Formats: sequence, structure tokens, C-alpha cells
Amino acid sequence: MPIEIPKDKWPGSIRKVTLGATAAEGGTRAKTVTVGGQATMPYLHFEAPTPNQPVVAIEIKSRKPEDWSPLLAEVWGEAMADPAKWAKAAEAAGADLIVLALTLADTPDDAVKAVKSVLGATGLPVIVWGPGQAEKDNELLVPVAEAAKGEKLVLGLCEDKNYRTIVATAMANGHLIQCRTPMDVNLAKQLNILITDMGLPADRILMDPTTGALGYGIEYGYSVMERLRLAALQGDSMTQMPLIVTPGFEAWKAKESKVGEGVPAAWGNWKERAVHWETLTAAALMESGADILILRHPESVKRIKAAISELVTA
Amino acid sequence: MALSGIQIYKLLPQTNCKECGFPTCLAFAMKLAAKQVELSACPYVTEAAQKQLAESAAPPIRLVTLKAAGGEAKAGNEVVMFRHEKTFYNRPGLFVRVKASEGAEAIGKKVAEADAYKVNYVGLDFTLDGFAVEADGGDFAGAVKAVRGASKRPLILIGKDPAALEPGLQALTGETPLLYAANASNWEAMADLAKKYTAALVVSGETPDALADLTQKIQAKGVEDMVLDPGGKNMSQMLTAWTQLRRLALKSNFRPLGYPIIAFPCDAKDEGVAAAQAIAKYAGFVVLSEFKPEAIYPLLVLRQNIYTDPQKPIQVTPGIYEINQPKPESPVLVTTNFSITYFAVANEVEGSGLPAWLVVCDAEGMSVLTAWAAGKFDAERIAKTIKGFDVASKVSKKRIVLPGHVAVLSGELEAELPDWEIKVGPREAVDIPAFYKQVLM
Ligand code: SF4
Repeated sequence: MPIEIPKDKWPGSIRKVTLGATAAEGGTRAKTVTVGGQATMPYLHFEAPTPNQPVVAIEIKSRKPEDWSPLLAEVWGEAMADPAKWAKAAEAAGADLIVLALTLADTPDDAVKAVKSVLGATGLPVIVWGPGQAEKDNELLVPVAEAAKGEKLVLGLCEDKNYRTIVATAMANGHLIQCRTPMDVNLAKQLNILITDMGLPADRILMDPTTGALGYGIEYGYSVMERLRLAALQGDSMTQMPLIVTPGFEAWKAKESKVGEGVPAAWGNWKERAVHWETLTAAALMESGADILILRHPESVKRIKAAISELVTA
Repeated sequence: MALSGIQIYKLLPQTNCKECGFPTCLAFAMKLAAKQVELSACPYVTEAAQKQLAESAAPPIRLVTLKAAGGEAKAGNEVVMFRHEKTFYNRPGLFVRVKASEGAEAIGKKVAEADAYKVNYVGLDFTLDGFAVEADGGDFAGAVKAVRGASKRPLILIGKDPAALEPGLQALTGETPLLYAANASNWEAMADLAKKYTAALVVSGETPDALADLTQKIQAKGVEDMVLDPGGKNMSQMLTAWTQLRRLALKSNFRPLGYPIIAFPCDAKDEGVAAAQAIAKYAGFVVLSEFKPEAIYPLLVLRQNIYTDPQKPIQVTPGIYEINQPKPESPVLVTTNFSITYFAVANEVEGSGLPAWLVVCDAEGMSVLTAWAAGKFDAERIAKTIKGFDVASKVSKKRIVLPGHVAVLSGELEAELPDWEIKVGPREAVDIPAFYKQVLM
């Protein structure tokens, strides 16, 4: 008698969320991207297929970042000074989505201009982040949301301290949101409840649990993601949002990636180590249930995309 | 699976003779189930009952230990599918592969370099765990000796032909290597070799059924220490196979598959990513194609992170840490006692050569942001720490630098510590030296 493989039968599944809108849907995107829909823990095809494969986004900024690693400046070169060019280069590097991060130096006009130029340069769906200070986020994201009405952008980062204004403008202008909580299952769930209570449909929320980088607390993010995914499969509707994570941002602030001097010889070749750091941070999060992985280096993008396509073929 | 007290009771004589020191057999059974007494305290258990109890006490995934003069590599004894359910116990061994065809000299050089590798991460020293030697033609015994000449760490011997492997085993004495691999056609000879040389044995098979068939036959020949190699052509097939084997062992308590797993990222398209998957998803031994510090270091760190006990955050002792011989006018930097946070900050400051007093607050082992969110790192706690360790007595210039992530606490902290100047530092440790030079000097 053949051995019977134990299979989990889950009552719940991850919610399907579509980013971007084509002309027919009221936007200008060449195509949309749908994530979610999974009814198993990651990539277990013997239980259920992976309906929508995880995707990779590349993070670009509205202004040339001064504090990014020289390795990133080296690969993106001139494009870093112009978000439209950068978005094009990111698309050419294999991005499925573009993340445009606005900065504190941007005025609302600058922000709108940057978003429009990116929307003009690429047909991919776009995620727009405020600079990360509640007041400034509101000041920039509201005019952006209005100017790009109907595009089904993702607006972020919605946190406990700033979600109201961003959620309101997402509702008014047909956008989605990325909501971030600090490495905790209950906090993530709580924020989803608060946001859906405001009236934003649950299928317009992406959940960012904060992950940490390899070597800097990734085990917390990793387990929080597994627990959120398990809760979702068990049928908890307030944890069924697709997971969006930022391994690029996390890994490139680690000394292991960022700098090449004054580090132990045992760390080896800087450039290769840096890409490994980002790629392995992303790889771990891919195994623990990420639906959208936001990266910075084209080499990591290539590697993670290849791994995802291997993992989604049964 | 462990038996309950009632199940154990059914195996006891049920005479309540009290010789074990307990009033009834049931009372003794309860203590046994709780692992508070030894079965040997009852003189009357039958042999059959003894065997059944011993089997039930065996872990669902057998602990396999490779031994050599220079150390051990352990795998198995795992009890959960997800680390948050308890913890993952035995960190998978990382082995670097060499091939006999490379020649003794090249092998010796490569192994010596990899053997000497040591890297520090949050105060822990990591090394590789051993080497895999492949019999791919040429002088296998010579290759094994070349490895042994350069390293005393545990070995995996790789080859499909038992006759080709034996000279390699002969070259080793007094150790437990891992032999790779027994399959449907060579298992008898491989099992004989494993027995003769006290080696652990990898069993290769493409399905759980094929593996279970072989492990049972090999066990019947007297080999107990086995490791499973389910193969797999891509990451998806590997993940499926590893998950199924782990489930069969843990959830179905299926003994014939209750062994650790060996993974070969060295044969994958992207070795680093495949190795990461092996570490996260249940491999007990991981074979890598080459030694490159920039590739090994991230894997060693990932392994440490995944195998950290989630119930016990790694902590450093709260207190005042002196970095680069601080003077009374040096600044006071504040952080939490989560070890990764502490080391990130301490390494940066130390590396910059700038003197500082680093005050570590008890935030229950959480990072700055997590601790703040959980209410374990607030103005009151920071003020209490500053006062508790009498930081004021060490400094002439009362300046505290708060982590940028908790900038919101600066007002409250000013109220708590009115005679101190509160500055908000950067969010990330890596930016501390620049901040120090711009703002504190
Ligand atoms: S010694 Fe054995 S038989 Fe006697 S009471 Fe204890 S368990 Fe029962």
C-alpha cells in the first residue's frame, strides 16, 4: 500500500488583490498584476496550485538618494537622478511593479510630477511611498492620489500613526494601500480591522509586517509571516491580505551590504556579499509567504524571479 | 509518539506491588509519562513492554551524529514544522564538496583554507561543519587522506560504487562519516560498508515509498543511522519532498522516514537561494560546491537566525558598556538589550574609533522598534536605567542620544531627566559614526 502523504485542508485562502488599472478599467497601465489566492502554505502544489505567483517590485526614488550604497549607485548610474529613466531601467531589469519612494525634499507639486513621469515612463502598476513622516506623507500622498485617480496605485506606508488620511484618499480615488506594522501578528490584524472599518474594501489592502534583514532580526519577520499565513488559511479574514515585504530596503541598510571598507575579511567579496545579503533576505521571505518582494539590485531581482518561477512549477 | 500515562499503565504488570516506590502502577505510569522516573525502577516489566516503551520514547526524527576528531555534526530530533511552534534544534551542517579528480594537492589547499574559516556574528564564532569527498574516478583514498591532512572535521563520502568508496573508509579510523548513498541497486553492499566502518548511511530514492522500502531493508541489516536523500530536480520538487518527509515523520509518526534529510544545493541553478531554502525547510546536512566567504557568511547567519529559539530572544545584559575608552565628556548612547541591536550599535561605534558610553536598557530582548511598540522601551524605562546605573556619576557632560526610531520619546524623556540634554540620533546603527561627527563633536 502506498504511503499516504498528510495533507492540510484549509478553510481559508489569501485574498486576491489586483494592482494597477488598464485604460479599459479607468487607468493607463499596460497590464495589471494580481497577487494572492493561495490556499496552502507557500508552494505546496501537492495540496493546491499557486494561482498567482509572487511578484518582484523594484524600489526607485523621486530624487537621487545620497545615502544608498555605492554598489547601487554603480548599477543604476545616471538613471537615479530621473525617476522616469529609473523606472524604465527597473522595468528592463525585470520588475513586475515599480515602487516610487518620495522624499522629504519633495513639495506636493514635485511629488505629483514624479509620479506622473513614472506613470508615463512605464506601463507597470506603481506603488508610491511617502517619505515616512506622518504629516509629510499626508501632504504628498493626497495630491498624488488625486492626480492619479483611477490608476489603482498602492499608497504607503500606512501605519498606526498616519493611516486615516491615506486610507480616505485611497477610497476617494480608487487606490490601494500598503499597511505596515512592527513585526507582530496582532498589530497587523488590528490595523487591518481599523482600515476596513473606515470602509476601504479588504481587497485593496496589502499587509507589510516589517521583516528585518538577514542577521538583523529576520527570524521575527519570518515567523510573523508564517503565523499570519496560517491564520489566513484557518479562515481569519483580517489576516488574509497578501504580504508585501521590503527585503531590498532592509538588506541595504545592513553593514554587510552597504559598505565595503572597515569590515572583517571573513565577510569576503563586497559586491557578491551585498547581493547575496539582499537575495537571501528575500529568499527567506519568499519561503515564509511573501506575495510582493521589493528589491533594489537588478542581480537580486533576477535571482529571486528565477527562484519563484522554479517554485511555482509543480 | 510519546505514550500517555494510561497507555503506559496498560503495559505495566498492574499488580500495585509498590516496589517502584509508588503506591500504584498507575501513579508510576503517570510519572513515567512525565519523564520524572526511569522505567528500570519497576522490576516486573516484561521485555515486550520494555521494547514498546523504548520505541515510543524515541524521537520522531532520529538524531544522527557524524563524528570526527575535530568535532561533530548533528541532525535530527526536530519536532515541529514551523519554528514558532517550538523551535528548530539542530542547525544543519554545512559541508563543502571536493572531488577526487581535483587531485590531492588542490584538495588539500582548498580544504585547508575552508577549514580555517571563522567568522564572528553577534559575538558567536561560526565555522563550516565538514567536507564531502566525491569518488569521481582517480585516487579516492588519496583524496580522503588529503582532506584529513587539512581538516579534522566530519566527512561525507560520496559515490555510487561501494567498491570505490571502501578505500576511502579505510583511510579513516575512529570516526563516524556519512556514506552517500544507498539506492535500490546497491543497498546491500552499502549497508555492509556502513556497518563495517560504523558510518551513517544516506538512502536515495525518488518517492517516500521508495525511501521507506530501503530504510526498512537497511535497518533489518542492522544499520540504524540513516539520512534521506529524496532528490528533486528543482526548488519546487525539493520543497515538496522535504515537506512531505518531515510531515510523515512528525504528523504520521512514520518510523521508516524518521531520519534527517540531506540537501545538495551544489547541484541547483542558484546555489545560494537553494541553500537558503534547505536551511529554512528542513535539511539536516547541506552540501555546497565551493568555499567562498561572501557566500558562506550569509548562509551561516541565516542558519543561526532560523534556528534561534523564538521563545528566548537573544539578549545582552543591561548596563553601561564602555566603547573606545570613553571620557567624562563622551556622549551617552541608549539602546535596547536585544543582542542584534546591541551588536549593530556597538560595532559601529567601535569601528568609528569614537569614544562613547553605551547604555543598554532592559527591553526584554526586543529591538528598538519592537520594544517601543510593545511598551518595553519608553521614557520611563530609559530614565530608570540612566538613574539605576548612575550614569550621571560617569559623565561631566549630560548628553543622551536616543535611537532615531523613538524620536517621539524625546519630550517625555526631557521631563523624566530634566538636567540632561536629549538628542535624537539616526534610525540605523550604520549612520551613527556620521551623526557622531556632525552633531556630537
Ligand atoms: S513496581 Fe512495577 S508492578 Fe510494582 S507497583 Fe510499581 S509499576 Fe506496578
